Amino acid sequence: MVGVRIVDRRFDSKNKSAVNRGRFIRRFKSQIRKAVSDAIGKRGITDIDSGEKVGIPAKDIAEPHFHHGRGGIRSDVLPGNDRFHAGDEAERPEDGGAGEGNQGASEDGEGQDDFAFTLTREEFLDIFFDDLALPNLVKTQLARVDEYKRIRAGFTQSGVPTNINIVRSLRSAAGRRIAVGTPYRRELREAKQALADLEACGQEHSEEAEQLRQRIARLLRKIENVPFIDTFDLRYNNRVRVPAPSTQAVMFCLMDVSGSMDEEKKQIAKRFFMLLYLFLTRTYDHIDLVFIRHHTTAAEVDEEDFFHSRETGGTVVSSALELMQQIIAERYASSTWNIYGAQASDGDNWENDSPRCRQMLDEHIIPLVQYFAYIEIIAAEPQNLWREYEKLEGLHPGRFAMQRIAGLPDIYPVFRELFKKRLA
Amino acid sequence: MSKRTPLPCPSEWTTELILAYDEEIGRVAAHYGLDCYPHLLEIITAEQMMDAYASIGMPVYYHHWSFGKHFLATERGYRRGQMGLAYEIVINSDPCLAYLMEENTMTMQALVIAHAAYGHNSFFKGNYLFRTWTSADAIIDYLVFAKNYIAECEERYGEDEVERLLDSCHALSNVGVDRYKRPPKLPLAKERERLKEREAYLQSQVNELWRTLPQREDKQAREPARYPEEPEENLLYFIEKNAPLLAPWQREVVRIVRKIGQYFYPQRQTQVMNEGWACFWHYTLINHLYDEGLLTDGFMMEFLQSHTNVVAQPPYNSRYYNGLNPYALGFAMWRDLRRICEEPTAEDREWFPDLAGSDWRSAFDFALRNFKDESFIAQYLSPKLMRDFRLFALVDDERNEMLKIDAIHDEQGYRTLRQMLSDQYNLGSREPNLQVWNVDLQGDRSLTLRHFQYKRRPLGESRDELLRHVASLWGFPVRLEEQDEKGEVRLLTTMQVDRRKHE
Repeated sequence: MVGVRIVDRRFDSKNKSAVNRGRFIRRFKSQIRKAVSDAIGKRGITDIDSGEKVGIPAKDIAEPHFHHGRGGIRSDVLPGNDRFHAGDEAERPEDGGAGEGNQGASEDGEGQDDFAFTLTREEFLDIFFDDLALPNLVKTQLARVDEYKRIRAGFTQSGVPTNINIVRSLRSAAGRRIAVGTPYRRELREAKQALADLEACGQEHSEEAEQLRQRIARLLRKIENVPFIDTFDLRYNNRVRVPAPSTQAVMFCLMDVSGSMDEEKKQIAKRFFMLLYLFLTRTYDHIDLVFIRHHTTAAEVDEEDFFHSRETGGTVVSSALELMQQIIAERYASSTWNIYGAQASDGDNWENDSPRCRQMLDEHIIPLVQYFAYIEIIAAEPQNLWREYEKLEGLHPGRFAMQRIAGLPDIYPVFRELFKKRLA
Repeated sequence: MSKRTPLPCPSEWTTELILAYDEEIGRVAAHYGLDCYPHLLEIITAEQMMDAYASIGMPVYYHHWSFGKHFLATERGYRRGQMGLAYEIVINSDPCLAYLMEENTMTMQALVIAHAAYGHNSFFKGNYLFRTWTSADAIIDYLVFAKNYIAECEERYGEDEVERLLDSCHALSNVGVDRYKRPPKLPLAKERERLKEREAYLQSQVNELWRTLPQREDKQAREPARYPEEPEENLLYFIEKNAPLLAPWQREVVRIVRKIGQYFYPQRQTQVMNEGWACFWHYTLINHLYDEGLLTDGFMMEFLQSHTNVVAQPPYNSRYYNGLNPYALGFAMWRDLRRICEEPTAEDREWFPDLAGSDWRSAFDFALRNFKDESFIAQYLSPKLMRDFRLFALVDDERNEMLKIDAIHDEQGYRTLRQMLSDQYNLGSREPNLQVWNVDLQGDRSLTLRHFQYKRRPLGESRDELLRHVASLWGFPVRLEEQDEKGEVRLLTTMQVDRRKHE
């Protein structure tokens, strides 16, 4: 037997294909971006922070080779003849020729379908961020998960010297000394008593008394020899890592669902809400979402209805703000909840209502919230609501932001103040 | 032979047991006279197996998006449980590398060792195609060189530039092999030393070809009508040597893709033989050990179950039918060959007078060394096997309404059937016959490719896209002609890529 060897490679470099995978994603960025965009349309706001299965058209990623097309004379030898004789004729199958003709379909496993694969959370967010034109620093902040803080969690018997808890260690040393020393002390007490008794009888020079004295000396040595502190006594402060966010927040999504908000505008709005949500997940442990949609009246709905149902009619924005204020009062007392508001609209509002909206925000809502962001998804001219809101901008620096949005890259500036604060 | 105590057969393997099995299998392989490279067994995880899949099984490879795509496709199939991974990958190198997946049971590991480390291994070492075209001692080194070289190019010229070039080369890789020529012998070390030299030399040759100064009159008169004088089948080779605008590093990358393609070409030409050979040997070696009493019945049950799965051939009308299974056909042919040698019938004596009754080991050795799929089938497919497989030939002529059954497994059909099956494994007729026909040296420097039609088959629909790749490598217009079987030539299309776009 010459040189048979076994090499265990299982613990060698994993993920050798990571580079190739990265290359693949880079190469088909535009197709993947489209797939991600479709996926965002389908997934809920709270799902933003996970991986995604996407599909891109198989023909886009085909690797062509010179091969024969259909036509001409083909022959194929097949196994399992059950009925044919030489010279027989057979119907041509409907799709594709016999044999070789359908090889192309099996090459990619699933034929003409999309080439489907799963993007990791990082890859997904990366593409999501790309559309939104986020600055890099913000991207890394949002994509990061390794934020922990260390909290105390009792005491352990092992650790590093800096974590020694002196009080606890000495207390347990004392306990040990008591526990170990007690039998000797009891004996000592008895011996002393016995000696005292002998001395009382005047027999202090007897042999028995001498033995007792030696015993007492021995016991004293033993008690002396119980160590003052032992490694066994040491106690260390224990700290465990827990994810940093430890507070709760509520995010209000307000959206105009009047007839003029079409599907595309809603998709832009959805990304706006998603980005805020993603930001909040980095800061808070527990986040409630409240969806308020409005036309002339406002209603609290679930996410599905929020994005997908359509209403017609006029627009009274203040109805939504009123509802928001009411919900805050009922459910989210501002001392325990961090409140964030995000409003999306096409700017259309009933003329007389806009000043009222400004007043409500100014006096009742902004004082209660951490941040209120407003986006107006492009209308030709700024509408009356915009003009009213503009008056608010100077009044609440760092707490109120507004932006007119034509496309996805315009969303980020709304949050600029918010992220700046966070990164500082 | 006295029965021996069976080797233990727990479902979990251990390194010691693998070594014990390997030793016994090796002993029996030597008994049968199998000539193998020494081998190295590597234990890997499923994920590493998928990595290896993505790069055609090689332990090192340069980076390219298409490997990422293959990885994703494999991963998806595996995660969904649609497909199991192959139990093994074996690499034609010296020492021969065989991968064992950690999920395999002890029985499977033994099967893989017999199949890959002895079966495939001895095929690689013996078959003439592998002996001629591959240098087992150098392939890993060459791949390391290729990976480093391409990484260096990426650094120097940008990932996009290199990726575009590799895309074009990959697309043309199946017309980038020498199908009939024999290679010159050149050890890798020398090859690397000569790299720089070659770059400079090639460039000067190209310059010579495209020299714009007027040439002397008499030479002009003798100028051949075409360049190259003989049609060239290896398009990538021609581009590497003659494309006017490629930089030296681009020529080297073309060469790398071409070399690696050529390295794998024998595998594509010997699928039936090679897989059949490996199946025959794992079957024979394991059965031999069982007969010696070294294997338990439990082991054999599991072994036979895997073995029959691998060599199963569903009939044409089954929904599991996916063409002829090379494992099944190959295994059956090698078994049949042994049968012809050992227990010939009257029919065999008539068909294979030289083989019938001869020593099967030397017959095997001869067949192993001197054939590829096409010729192996033409030589050894026996009437009995055609009957066993119930083979029949179907002819699809687009000019006819109906498909025709040309031949079946009967006295009149055997030879036709055999010839047609052999042709089916001839890569030369299975793939389009495309030749470099002419370069317009005096005029617009255009390159003319000619497709020689085989049985009136046209080129597939990816034709134009591929011509675009050719044009981007060539840098000047590329013409595609088609010559039908009567010898008539027509121009199919002309393609020009504006090269400045890329600069």
